[in-house]
Amino acid sequence: MKNRKWPFVYVGIVTAVTYIPILLTVIYSFNASRISSVWGGFSLEWYRELLRDRDIREALINSLILALLSCLCASVIGTTGAVGMYRRKSRLNDALAMFSMLPIMIPEIILGMVFLSVFSLMGLPFGMLTLVIAHTAFEIPYIYSMVTTRLAGMDKSLEEAALDLGASPFRVFWDVTFPAILPGILSGVMLAFAMSFDDVVISIFVTGPTVNTLPVKIYTKLKTGVTPEINALAAVMLGVTLLLLAGAALAGKIKTVSERKCPE
Amino acid sequence: MKSTEGAGMKKRKVSGGGQPQWLLLAPIYIFTILFVILPFLYMFLLSVLSRAKVWGVEFDFTLDNYKRILEPLYLSTFAESFRLAVISTILVALIGYPYGYFMARMNAVWKKRMLLLIMIPFWTSALIRLYGWIIVFRSNGVLDKFLMGLHITAEPLKLLYTYPAVVVGMIYALLPFMILAVYSSAEKMDWTLVEASRDLGASSFRAFWTVTFKLTLPGLLSGVVLTFIPSMGLFFIADILGGNKIVLVGSVIQEQITKGRNQPFAAAMSVVLMLLTTLMIRLYRRITGTSRLEGMV
Repeated sequence: MKNRKWPFVYVGIVTAVTYIPILLTVIYSFNASRISSVWGGFSLEWYRELLRDRDIREALINSLILALLSCLCASVIGTTGAVGMYRRKSRLNDALAMFSMLPIMIPEIILGMVFLSVFSLMGLPFGMLTLVIAHTAFEIPYIYSMVTTRLAGMDKSLEEAALDLGASPFRVFWDVTFPAILPGILSGVMLAFAMSFDDVVISIFVTGPTVNTLPVKIYTKLKTGVTPEINALAAVMLGVTLLLLAGAALAGKIKTVSERKCPE
Repeated sequence: MKSTEGAGMKKRKVSGGGQPQWLLLAPIYIFTILFVILPFLYMFLLSVLSRAKVWGVEFDFTLDNYKRILEPLYLSTFAESFRLAVISTILVALIGYPYGYFMARMNAVWKKRMLLLIMIPFWTSALIRLYGWIIVFRSNGVLDKFLMGLHITAEPLKLLYTYPAVVVGMIYALLPFMILAVYSSAEKMDWTLVEASRDLGASSFRAFWTVTFKLTLPGLLSGVVLTFIPSMGLFFIADILGGNKIVLVGSVIQEQITKGRNQPFAAAMSVVLMLLTTLMIRLYRRITGTSRLEGMV
């Protein structure tokens, strides 16, 4: 009996500790006092300040645009690349696939440094363009490997059957391959989006003087001085995450219910 | 042999003579060559160039950048980063291994719940989670209040901007990678092997050591790689929780680029850092015999 309980206790304690800082930021986001060691009563002041903060809003929009654009590029490049390499295996392809994984096999700082020097050599203007290129580079590995895993589990004879039945290669891709790998693309994009939205190290190097992403903005705010506004921002982000998860769970439930209703 | 060749031929014929395949491969080839391979080659080149007097770089080949790394100041930064990475990785393994192992032994419903609980913080910003630790560690902050309230300590510990605070921040940022790596290899494990060893008279410790641990070793090692590599470059954790006291390779590279404007030296440091991490991955491959990192994606 004892044996069965301890694992749960251990996992429970570690998980609880990982949530302490998050919960604290949420609690202190309602603190009227500016100093976090003093509780000055309940207040929504910091949320008001957050809403009024133009820089934060701009940075948030930039981060969203960046994550969307780079995910779009990375999912096209990663997916087509994975399918192409799955269909025709060669040593050259293997070597290239290895290189395309490089951005996530090394410390982020190196990638940031490399991009900064190359972009300045190429004379690219630092800003959204350089951010999108850099983020696409480290997102491709996630999407590529997710899709490759899906492809490995796919029944190859389905594609062959469609070809034998006279479908054009394009139709085979669209009607057979694509639906089979879609879950892989989606989970890859989810991961890539989270990575992009949260990236500080690479963004600091490749961002321009006029474009701030949310993490870069938070970083500079944390470095210059502590502001309770960050607490409010943390609470909002956590809230949005939970809402999205609840939405996803609900969508999953509706899907399984409708599938049960019409088993065909 | 002949029949498979025939099938291959047939497939190629109906799939339209290779052209669509080429189209599929074009984007990843172009992007990877242009934005991964060439930039990294440039980094190697840059590391043997010298810095121009006013701005930019000069094509004046030299090994001075590498020699400079051997100066005590920079050598000690490498040593310091390495030490922090080793300490963090060991602690992450000690905390994360049992966690991932226990998780794999839970039933399906709990597995799902735990995975979600691990992923939720991962979806909020890493910086904001660090900020939570500032609240905890600050002088007279939550931890001090708690410990002083229990009369464990008499005065504030002043933990913020100290080494332990940085280590906690590192563990916190990297623990999920270890947990997921161990979990994914323990999950796939054939538990009947453990039962068999127990039936054959092995003690539970021996069964764990000879069966479970051996079989989950790839997960553990992959977790080590996945924590060690980022920890060499996560300068912002040391920055925020350590003040300016702890200088890591990452901070030096960033400083050389932004303040020192010395790209060649930053490139040389990056090359050394990259060689160190490549060595780690090679070692991992040697031991486990696979190139795939467990639980990575």
